[in-house]
Amino acid sequence: MDPVAAKYIGAGIACIGMGGAGAGVGIIFGNYLAAALRNPSAAQGQFGNLIFGFAVTEALGIFSLLIALLLLFAL
Amino acid sequence: MADPIHQFEITKLATIANIGGHEIAITNSAIFMAITVVGIAALLVGGSSARALVPGRIQSVAEVTYEFIANTIQSTAGTAGMKFFPLVFTLFMFILVANMIGIIPYTFTVTSHIIVTAMMALLVFFTVIIYGFYKNGLGFFRLFVPQGIPVYILPLIVFIEVLSFISRPISHSVRLFANMLAGHITLKVLAGFITMMGGFGIAGWLGAVLPLGLVVAITALEVLVAFLQAYVFAILTCIYLNDAIHPGH
Repeated sequence: MDPVAAKYIGAGIACIGMGGAGAGVGIIFGNYLAAALRNPSAAQGQFGNLIFGFAVTEALGIFSLLIALLLLFAL
Repeated sequence: MADPIHQFEITKLATIANIGGHEIAITNSAIFMAITVVGIAALLVGGSSARALVPGRIQSVAEVTYEFIANTIQSTAGTAGMKFFPLVFTLFMFILVANMIGIIPYTFTVTSHIIVTAMMALLVFFTVIIYGFYKNGLGFFRLFVPQGIPVYILPLIVFIEVLSFISRPISHSVRLFANMLAGHITLKVLAGFITMMGGFGIAGWLGAVLPLGLVVAITALEVLVAFLQAYVFAILTCIYLNDAIHPGH
């Protein structure tokens, strides 16, 4: 296989991992919304935890994006 | 269609000096960093100059941002974290204003370059390490050894903790950079659809309304992302600093 083609295919495959992060972030925000509708008065106090969970979950998707960017531009 | 990556190109405006074969030049990136800093200074100095009991608009903005970050540090790192307020507030304001300026068409987004975000993330990373050892001595290593873990899986847990600690500056910097990069590329690609449709005459103009509406919606989303990423960067800085102040929790 042409090495350049293999590089692009690899970058595309690496991006599949971001789908998992997307599902994870969706679960976090969905559960936050569900909980906030049950107990709106407690929702504001958990906003920091929401953002922290979002950031930590998103970090895993970012690692796969990082692999894709490395394949495309650095290697 | 115009190249969507073109907006991130760094252009040299004036060369200042050559030091050891490295060119020191004023670039558009440096200009926009200066604009960001001047904008923040104008907001905060101008906002706090009146010191009215009933704040005006600018003073309200300055007070709200101050109290927002102060509350964030209080709730994540405790009162001991307040000595890092200048660091966290500077990072938050710089990222927020740089992101907001970047949304304006024909401007340059400083935070869309990994070298800028990596420098800020490494600053936080080394601040945590140096302050952690300064404050706790070797007790800082308790950060990697959670309590109440059975001994036989402890080596694995410590390995994972160390790995996650080392990968912090990577995720910290790439998150901001990738969000800005991807958002701006999306905007430019969608804007390119409008000009492509416009090339087809009257029917194309009617069809171009759809991507135009999409660009307006994505721009609104980007304003949200610009704020959210600045907040995420600030709150992660607080959480990392909390590890340096109170390891082993």
